[in-house]
Amino acid sequence: MNRICMVVMMAQLPLNAFALTADEVMKKSQAAFLYPGADLKARVMMKLISKSGQERVREMMMLRKNFGIPGGEQKYFMYFFQPADVRNMTFMVYKYPGKDADRWLFVPAINMVRRIAAQDKRSSFVGSDFTYEDISGRNLEDDAHAVVKEETVGTHDCTVIKSTPKAAEMEYSYKLSWIDKTSFLPIKEEYYDKKDELYRVFSADEIKDVKGHPTITKRSMKNLFSGHVTEVSFLKADYNVGVEDSLFTERYLKQPPKRWVE
Amino acid sequence: MRKRWTDLTGVSACCLFFLLLPVAALAADAFLHGFVQGNQSTNTEEGNPDGKDFKLSEERAQVKFEATADPFRLFIKSDAFHDNIDSHSILELREGYADYTSDTWDTRIGRQVITWGVGDLLFINDVFPKDYEAFFSGRPLEYLKKWVDGAKVGLYPWFASFEVIAIPYFEPNTYPDSKRFWMFDPMAGITDRETQDPYRNFRKAETALRIYRDVAGFDTSLYYYRGFSRQPSVMPDNPLTPTRLTLFYPELTVYGASLQGRAGDGVLSLEAGYYDSRRDRGGADLLLPNSQTKYLAGYQVQFWEDFTVGVQYYGEYLMEYSAYGNSLPPGFPKEKRLHQIASIRLMQFLMHQTLRLSLFAFSGLSDGDYLINPEVKYNLTDAIWAAIGGTFFGGGKEWTQFGQLDKNDNVYTQLRYEF
Repeated sequence: MNRICMVVMMAQLPLNAFALTADEVMKKSQAAFLYPGADLKARVMMKLISKSGQERVREMMMLRKNFGIPGGEQKYFMYFFQPADVRNMTFMVYKYPGKDADRWLFVPAINMVRRIAAQDKRSSFVGSDFTYEDISGRNLEDDAHAVVKEETVGTHDCTVIKSTPKAAEMEYSYKLSWIDKTSFLPIKEEYYDKKDELYRVFSADEIKDVKGHPTITKRSMKNLFSGHVTEVSFLKADYNVGVEDSLFTERYLKQPPKRWVE
Repeated sequence: MRKRWTDLTGVSACCLFFLLLPVAALAADAFLHGFVQGNQSTNTEEGNPDGKDFKLSEERAQVKFEATADPFRLFIKSDAFHDNIDSHSILELREGYADYTSDTWDTRIGRQVITWGVGDLLFINDVFPKDYEAFFSGRPLEYLKKWVDGAKVGLYPWFASFEVIAIPYFEPNTYPDSKRFWMFDPMAGITDRETQDPYRNFRKAETALRIYRDVAGFDTSLYYYRGFSRQPSVMPDNPLTPTRLTLFYPELTVYGASLQGRAGDGVLSLEAGYYDSRRDRGGADLLLPNSQTKYLAGYQVQFWEDFTVGVQYYGEYLMEYSAYGNSLPPGFPKEKRLHQIASIRLMQFLMHQTLRLSLFAFSGLSDGDYLINPEVKYNLTDAIWAAIGGTFFGGGKEWTQFGQLDKNDNVYTQLRYEF
């Protein structure tokens, strides 16, 4: 009965009602980029490359679980393989919509779990060009979003959204995002500083289908001022692997279960 | 005493190795990691009491072996080092344990490091052994924590988590060696000293319990420890004209609590503990420490990218103070009833977190003394890091906590290749 109603209603709607607002595009993009599946297990390789070409490698297992709808609470569990001085360290994040995350770090050399004080917006993730916010997402309500234009990037038909932070706390004055019209993944992002100068560029370099979810398996963030770039690849990625709630506790932070970190 | 450790270490290492060899052989996977390290610390103010110029000069190699065959895991961490000052080499088992893990409980048996409490270099409920000489002479910070030989059981019912620990072999703190460090000693003239054997005495087994859970977003823990003070007390053979001193570890029970969580833009830490000196509750026995109440409050906040500041306030309140005062012989320095310390830690990462500038300082609010530890650490590559720093003491009086170490200022270097 409901379905028939829907079909009738949709048939009566004018076509342009299907064009999404900027807020809707960003909401769908957030869901596609940061919240697909009930959980995610990904082996992540990060290369930090300096202007002169010197490379440093950070390799970790990342487990992520959603608690609620896209945009809602998430928990992250990370286990480091490389470099040697952080091997076996684990890192846990409880991410909340609308407020800074809670973070814990386990230091195996002294068997100690500590909370870490950090602001999501300004903290580089393990020294890379990505901030915590780039990794786990920014609260959509913190920005005003507007559709700027439509543009094709490579093979992707994109909607270009301008997001302007509502508060003046950010180091960028606005961000342009090229959002794929089908997958809703961000294909490119440009960050402009207070002088309107482009200084940071994100690009999705490889997209693969993982269990029906289009997934960015290679991405990079380049700082145009320093020439430093960070390349991230998912060596392995899988969704709906059945991560238990109990993983995100001090117990497993200290003794990460083998099956989740190999 | 050092020799003794080595004996024990060797024996336990062998036992563990043969006991767990079958596990290792069956293991689904095994790993070998470790490092080689050079570490030196040079006096900047005065030579050591025995005339030498270095607080520390050593080459060290560490091997970490891990084998897993679910639900069992074996871990061994062993150091071999050559001490250039005393010209000897030592093999030391730093950790060596077997883990068993099930859904509802787990256990770890063997030599292991246990860290409790929320203080930053201030320990109330972390009643486990420390190596203060390592800290004062510029070794990497992980060497401040010593191991315990014992068994730990973790229980995880829905309402809270439990850590139950039994330690049959007592391990005392390591204090600076009197050949290398200038320290206050009220009975320096008496060189005939012996330490009561705290080892291998099952009747003296220590027990400890921690119960922890989340309470309204705060990591909350309750602690209990029944064992011995790891700081020795001194018993003279004759109180009036002593010729021989016996060092012993008095009975101690600790009850405590801590919490840590977000407050404003930072992380708030609170901790307290009651030190019950079981043999001297009245406080009248000069040879035994009085009971004490200890507490700390800390706050850590990030001010800008990769720059964090942590501040702490710490207090020790001596119980039965008048009884203590009455028992003190004339001429002995009298401790204050309330001993207070403040600390600050500044940390700035630069160059994509490969360069770390840090400054840690203790300020004795009651005694007017201090400890300052600046350090620069740089990761030359992903495998090699180098650090240079200093440990500077001063202020207060010649018997106060940091004031007595005044002449021990040193500058240290650490260089490590990790694989």
